[in-house]
Amino acid sequence: MISVKNLFKSFGGHQVVNDVSFDIRPGDVVGFLGPNGAGKSTTMKMLTGFLAPSNGEITIDNLSINHCSLKIKQKIGYLPEGAPAYGEMTPYQFLLFIAKVRGLKGLAKAQRVKEVIDQVELHEVLNKPIDNLSKGFKRRVGLAQAIIHDPQILILDEPTDGLDPNQKHQVRQLIKNLSKDKIVIISTHILEEVSAVCNRVMIISKGKLLFDDTPEALNQRSKYYGAVTLQFSYPADASELAELEGVASMEEDLENRCVTVFPLPGAQILHSVTTHAQHCRLPVDSLFVEQGRLDQVFRDITQEVNV
Amino acid sequence: MSNVGILFKREFSSFFASPVAYVFIGIFLVLSAVFTFFVGGFYERGQADLLPFFNFHPWLYLFLVPAIAMRSWSEERKTGTIELLMTLPISISQAMIAKYLAAWAVLGLSLLLTFPLWLTVNYLGEPDNGIILAAYIGSWFMAGGFLAIGLCMSALTKNQVIAFILAVVVCFVFVVSGTNIVLDAFKSWAPIAVIDVIASFSFLSHFEAMAKGVIALADIVYFLLVTFIWLYAGMLLIEQKKAD
Ligand SMILES: Nc1ncnc2c1ncn2[C@@H]1O[C@H](COP(=O)(O)OP(=O)(O)O)[C@@H](O)[C@H]1O
Ligand SMILES: [Mg+2]
Repeated sequence: MISVKNLFKSFGGHQVVNDVSFDIRPGDVVGFLGPNGAGKSTTMKMLTGFLAPSNGEITIDNLSINHCSLKIKQKIGYLPEGAPAYGEMTPYQFLLFIAKVRGLKGLAKAQRVKEVIDQVELHEVLNKPIDNLSKGFKRRVGLAQAIIHDPQILILDEPTDGLDPNQKHQVRQLIKNLSKDKIVIISTHILEEVSAVCNRVMIISKGKLLFDDTPEALNQRSKYYGAVTLQFSYPADASELAELEGVASMEEDLENRCVTVFPLPGAQILHSVTTHAQHCRLPVDSLFVEQGRLDQVFRDITQEVNV
Repeated sequence: MSNVGILFKREFSSFFASPVAYVFIGIFLVLSAVFTFFVGGFYERGQADLLPFFNFHPWLYLFLVPAIAMRSWSEERKTGTIELLMTLPISISQAMIAKYLAAWAVLGLSLLLTFPLWLTVNYLGEPDNGIILAAYIGSWFMAGGFLAIGLCMSALTKNQVIAFILAVVVCFVFVVSGTNIVLDAFKSWAPIAVIDVIASFSFLSHFEAMAKGVIALADIVYFLLVTFIWLYAGMLLIEQKKAD
């Protein structure tokens, strides 16, 4: 379990992490969201013991990071931002090196190296210098070294940055397949990533923790959450939809011939909307229930601190 | 294997994964030969020893050792691998010692590869091989002193070129503080004690006897102390500056 209390970090008077507190329990897969420069990487560097906090307290499994950093480092797998690695080494040499430093020996070491190579599919580049690899492969090498000792805590700083959609999918799958009693923290600025793999979201902006809850709760913050959007094949008068029970308001997008109907908080309006559409023979092409628009919620939350 | 051993192995092979070590050893051997035979007057002296060879070592190391030390920490910081290294379950001192030993081993290897000189002098005459061995050992310890300065300067900056220049400057100070030019400049006004202190800081003063084959404990301790102090300073710098 990770426990962070009143964490501060400043660089030369510039406050980068500002009074952040949270607890993370085994099983939590945390998505760490925030605009660039929000302080995500800095927070992660403090969690991994690379940076010392200016103020505040970090304890991991009841060990203070100031006093037991070596023990804590053994529990953590870390992919730093940009996936740095020794470029003159090949992925195979590099992973073997990390495995040794992580205390793996003999058969177990060979076995684990083989397993992670399989997991992130490095076979084709195994003997090329890391310097010559594409960004995607470099990132996968970094991921492999982070999980090689099967850590209890996995901290990944932008693990899917620079990957193509297939590779992104693969990485997300990999994170999902980790055992369920681990702690995973991933930073990203890709919002779908969070609903895809995380069961908890933290949003940080200007060093402040602004949101800490489930992805569903984040969705529910969206005014689009539970709204019903209808697209018509030709312009039609749908104004009566606004009068239905449970409907709060309605938005029309004439250009795309779309109508979005917003529910009152907690109301389910799908049924009444479809019934009404059928009844009035509205020319409905498609109809769907909105899950919430994360990008907008994200903007709303992170821009609050500006005003 | 202990952590230092594992890190040492990585550092040592990284020297040979790029041309760094080969270029270094090549230049070291060529310059050794040039200094010994052409500048040092190896034949003209008509003596069966390697004194001309060893006498040039401080000046050779002055440029070559900073060159081999400059990338060790600078590059870690520049490429960000330091973040990886420092979040592995190792300590900074282990990393520093491993880097030091790896580069020191390369220096030792370079010295070993000068064996043709030793063969030559044994072929031409009957030198005292004990003296030669002692001088080799002394030279290696002195190289260690230069190396520790180089590593410390490499810890100071992300820029290898700056690390190199700083190391050369600091090493230069440590070398010339024992030359007559510097000591003479002080002689006119400074008390003898001060001059002795300045001279005692010099690599030259401590290497002089060793080049002649006299290994005094005091000289070895001096170089070990220099090494230790600069490595320790380097560790403090890394701790301070790793995240910059
Ligand atoms: N070593 C450092 N020295 C000075 N400023 C830094 C340092 N590291 C990060 N910063 C600053 O801290 C802020 C947050 O950086 P970072 O944590 O990397 O943000 P994020 O990962 O959320 O994009 C940025 O404004 C950055 O310029
Ligand atoms: Mg970042």
